[in-house]
Amino acid sequence: MRPAEDTEPAAPAARTADEREAAAPRRGRSAALAGGLVVALGLLVLMAMASVALGARSVPLSVVIDALTSPDGSSDHTVIRELRIPRTLLGIGVGASLGLAGALMQSLTRNPLADPGLLGINEGAAVGVTFALALLGLTDPAVYVWFAFGGAALASVIVYSLGAAGRSGAGPVRLTLAGVAVGMVFTAVSSAVLRMDPQTFDRMRFWLTGSLAAQSADVLVRLAPFMAAGIVLGLLLARPLNMLSLGDDAGKALGVAVTRTRVLTGVAVTLLCGAATAAAGPLWFVGLAVPHAVRALVGQDQRWVLPYSALAAPVLLLAADVAGRLIARPGEVQVGIMCAMVGAPIFILLARRRRLAAL
Amino acid sequence: MTARPPVPPVSGRPRAVRLGDWSLRVAPRALLVWVLLVLTAFAVAVLAISTGEFTVPVPDVLAALFGDGPPVAELIVNKLRAPRVLTGLLVGAAFGLSGAIFQSLTRNPLGSPDFIGFSAGASTGGILVVVSGGSAAQIAAGSMTGCVVTALLVYLAAFRRGVQGYRLVLVGIGANALLIATNNYLLTRANINDAATAGAWLTGSLGGRDWSYVLPLTVALAVLLPACAYVSRPLRMIEMGDDSARAMGIRVEAVRAVAIVAGVLLCGVATAAAGPVAFVALAAPQLARRLTRSPGVTMASSALVGAVLLTAADLAAQRVIAPAQLPVGVLTAAIGGTYLALLLRKDRH
Repeated sequence: MRPAEDTEPAAPAARTADEREAAAPRRGRSAALAGGLVVALGLLVLMAMASVALGARSVPLSVVIDALTSPDGSSDHTVIRELRIPRTLLGIGVGASLGLAGALMQSLTRNPLADPGLLGINEGAAVGVTFALALLGLTDPAVYVWFAFGGAALASVIVYSLGAAGRSGAGPVRLTLAGVAVGMVFTAVSSAVLRMDPQTFDRMRFWLTGSLAAQSADVLVRLAPFMAAGIVLGLLLARPLNMLSLGDDAGKALGVAVTRTRVLTGVAVTLLCGAATAAAGPLWFVGLAVPHAVRALVGQDQRWVLPYSALAAPVLLLAADVAGRLIARPGEVQVGIMCAMVGAPIFILLARRRRLAAL
Repeated sequence: MTARPPVPPVSGRPRAVRLGDWSLRVAPRALLVWVLLVLTAFAVAVLAISTGEFTVPVPDVLAALFGDGPPVAELIVNKLRAPRVLTGLLVGAAFGLSGAIFQSLTRNPLGSPDFIGFSAGASTGGILVVVSGGSAAQIAAGSMTGCVVTALLVYLAAFRRGVQGYRLVLVGIGANALLIATNNYLLTRANINDAATAGAWLTGSLGGRDWSYVLPLTVALAVLLPACAYVSRPLRMIEMGDDSARAMGIRVEAVRAVAIVAGVLLCGVATAAAGPVAFVALAAPQLARRLTRSPGVTMASSALVGAVLLTAADLAAQRVIAPAQLPVGVLTAAIGGTYLALLLRKDRH
């Protein structure tokens, strides 16, 4: 589980320094933070139960448990097993991916406004998926997800080089603007491609706004390995990212391979955003608010920020999805719309801060 | 995208032309650019009218426009294609002007109404009326109201001891996302016919625009153009700071109020007619500034560039994947986004 450390020559030295500092109060704090992770996990389980039980036709929890333990083929049980549970699991996977991707991006770019949707990465992935589905006629998620990776990687490289490559580095505002611009171009390309193919357009309409219900149930099975790989890689990057947060030079002095850390973070972000977008469409703002809330709770240490973000984001996404199902019964509001409704005001509040402090 | 002619450039600096007691500041390069833009607009318009599924020869187009062409040409030109092209020209000009006003007010190329949510707000207003089954005039009124309310809210949300350019832009981006989500939500709630109408309008399209669109646009522009002309020069003074503008005898608050009202109304009118066509308001003033080599954004050139840009984009959108037709908004978004990216690349400090 620690290839990242094996490849970082100076990491052991940093660890001993950590350990030397680790006096009793810090150990108590670590225990509290670890306990907090358990609480977050519990919240996620509760929210998952709610997501399985609530909807156009709400089902009591006892029936949910029956459906899990002894399915009898009744319509309630079928709904739960065939629709609600895959959807909930998909929401957990997508939420964890986007939350972690947002935290990684905010840490890497030191940009408090970084978000996979806002910076155009998800839109890039969406273009890839659109191409694969509309022009090449691919249907297997595990195949077309590679196009999503391609699009996401392309978008990351363009946005990062536009917004960050200046001599002054990536100002939060510049990077955000570059992301929005690139995202708009990608969106235009997607909709142009889809206009040429009305049937695909009809199938992908809901996916394009962002929805957990738009895909068939086996999507999660096909995409889960990619999400898992992205999550493991992302969590392993916590330590070098911590050191880079002191600045590139300080990071270098601490023995972090700056370029490699950047590239690996980019790979993780690409995996996470590509898989999440292939599953649920280009979602905005999920990765924006959660890392902020998490940092307010646990501080700046990425070793805590990253796992907390990965656990808290799916809670938010599932909550948005459940709310979307409840407020428009018997129809539903797509989760992409709900995320924007909740996330955009938070973005505005963040943007109103007097100085957009670089992270 | 900024054309740089190889010939020795005509100076961008204004000169005073005196006629007895009167004097007028004229920038030779701007004049030249204006003439060229008008000619380009005319050429694009004639090309757009003459080509299509049924080609009308250019002489017939001109004859029909001036009233004595062959009957078929008269029908196609005057009933179908001319109103669409005219709508494009007027909407483009309105977006160009609105963009110039807000970019000047915020002193920021990104402060343009399509980027900071005003257009999206106008469409929210429009869709609300579409969904509740209003007439075309009510839809227009709805989108005007949406535009005004959004402008007010964005301005208030960005206000914090004065409005600072970048904060306004960021708050506007947030508002834009929120309003787009609202629009999508309204679309999912609408019945299928309303949703189709509103959906086409939302991308920004000039398809099927007849004379009933041209008339209100003409009236609105006729009222608002003098206002723009009035604030044009004072606005450039205000760009240097309120205090120095005041010292030069400009009534800053009055000018700013007129400019904001005119800019919001122009954006609302244009959106009502063609939907929130992306990026014309953003790109036109910046292109115009580079073409005329003027130090700041200017009204007249922005309007002309906007008109040319939108009609040319519409022409291209009809031809790129013919016979299928793209809504013009898709094309302007692709062009404009690329342009914005280049803009960001260039102004690295």
